[in-house]
Amino acid sequence: MKKIWWKILAVVLLAGVIIAGLLGPVPELPILNETIRNVYFHVPMWFAMLFLYLISVVYSIKYLNTGKTEYDVMAVEAVNTGVIFCFMGLATGMLWANITWGDPWPNDPKLNSSAISTLMYLAYLVLRNALEEEQKRAKISAVYNIFAFPIMIVLLYILPRLTDSLHPGNGGNSTFGSIDMNNQLRPIFYASVIGWVLIGSWICSLRYRLRLLENKNNQID
Amino acid sequence: MNLLQQVKTLVLKDLVLEWRSKHAINGILLYVVSTVFVCYQAFKSVDPITWNALFWIIMLFASVSAINKSFSQESQQRQLYYYSIVSAKAVILAKIIYNMLLMVGLALVAYFVYSTIFRNPLGDPLLYLFAVILGSVSFATVFTMVSGISSKAGNNSTLMAILSFPVVIPLLIVLVKLSKNAMDGLDRAVSMNEIGVLLAINVITVTVSLLLFPYLWRD
Repeated sequence: MKKIWWKILAVVLLAGVIIAGLLGPVPELPILNETIRNVYFHVPMWFAMLFLYLISVVYSIKYLNTGKTEYDVMAVEAVNTGVIFCFMGLATGMLWANITWGDPWPNDPKLNSSAISTLMYLAYLVLRNALEEEQKRAKISAVYNIFAFPIMIVLLYILPRLTDSLHPGNGGNSTFGSIDMNNQLRPIFYASVIGWVLIGSWICSLRYRLRLLENKNNQID
Repeated sequence: MNLLQQVKTLVLKDLVLEWRSKHAINGILLYVVSTVFVCYQAFKSVDPITWNALFWIIMLFASVSAINKSFSQESQQRQLYYYSIVSAKAVILAKIIYNMLLMVGLALVAYFVYSTIFRNPLGDPLLYLFAVILGSVSFATVFTMVSGISSKAGNNSTLMAILSFPVVIPLLIVLVKLSKNAMDGLDRAVSMNEIGVLLAINVITVTVSLLLFPYLWRD
C-alpha cells in the first residue's frame, strides 16, 4: 500500500479530470469557446514532458558521477517517455490551433522551438543507436543530454518570450493563468498537471523495470 | 603550469600547427569564397532578407566543416599524451579559444568577400560586423563541444550534423534577427535583448563544456 498510493492517486485524479474537464462548467470566452477545455490536456503534457526530461538530466548527472548502468537506463527511459508526452503535446496543440488560429501549424516561434527541441531529443536517441559499446554509449549520451537540457529551456521558455507570438504567455501576451483562468478552471487544471506527471513517472518506472529485467535476462552467468 | 598557461600553450600549439600546414584554413577559405561566388552567379541580385539568410547559411556550413575536424586531426596517442600532461579543462578551453579565433578570422573574410561581391545597403554596418563576430564566436563554442562528442562516437559527420543542428538553430534565429535589425538600421537599444540572449547562450555552453568535457575524454 505504501508504494502504490501514488498510482491510485494518479488514476483517480485523471478520471476526475476527464469527467469534470469534459462536462464541468467553463467560462464562455470569444474565439476559445468550448476549446478552453483543452487547457486541461494540452498544458499538462508539457509539464509531464519537462518533468521527465528533468529526471533524465538528474540521472545522467548521477551516471557520470557513479558509472552505474541503472542510472543510464533510467535516463534513457525518461527521455523515451518524455518524447511520447512531447508528441501528445504537439498533437493536442495542433488540434487547438486548428480551431482557434485557423491553422494546425501557424509559423509561430513557440511552435517552431518546440519542434526543434523535439528534434534535439530525437537526436539524443539517434546518438544512442549510433554507439555500439555500452559504457561509451552511456557516457557520451549522458554528456549530450546534459548539454541539450539548458538549450531546450532557452528554446521553449526564453526565446518565444522575446518575439511576437500567438501563444499565450509569450511575446507580451498574458498567460492563461493571469486573466482567463478563473477559479472554475484552476482546481481541475492543477489536478490534471499532477495526474499526468504521476502517470508519466509511472510509465517511465515500468519501462525502467522492464529494461532492467531484459538486461538481467541477457546476462550470461 | 597553471590552467591559464596550459591554455596559452595549447592555443599557440594549435596556431603553429595550422600555420605550418595551412590545410584547414585554405580549404575553408576556398569553400567560403566559392560558395559566395556560386550564390552570386545563381541569384545575381536578392532582396535584403534573402541576402541576410544566405550569409548565415554560408557561415553555418563553413563553421561546421571548419570545426568538425578539431578533435580528429590529431592521433589518439597524441591526445593521450596531452591528457597526461595538462588538465582536461585546459584542452577544451584551448580548443574553444582556438576555434573562436579561427571562426572570427573566417567570418571577417567571408563578410568582406560577400558584401563586396553581393552589394547590399546596410543601415548600421558596425552593428552588422558585431553580429558577425558574435555569431562566429557562438558557432565556435557550440560546435567545439559537439565535435568533441561526435569524435568520441566514431567521428562520422552525419552524427555531427544531427547533434549540432538542433542546438544551433536557436542561435541562428537570434543571429538572423540581430543582423536584420542592423541591416534596417534600427536603434541599437532595440537589439540589446538579442545580444543579451546570445551572450547568455555562449556563457551557458562554455560552462557546460567545461563541466562535461573531463567526463568525455576519459575512455
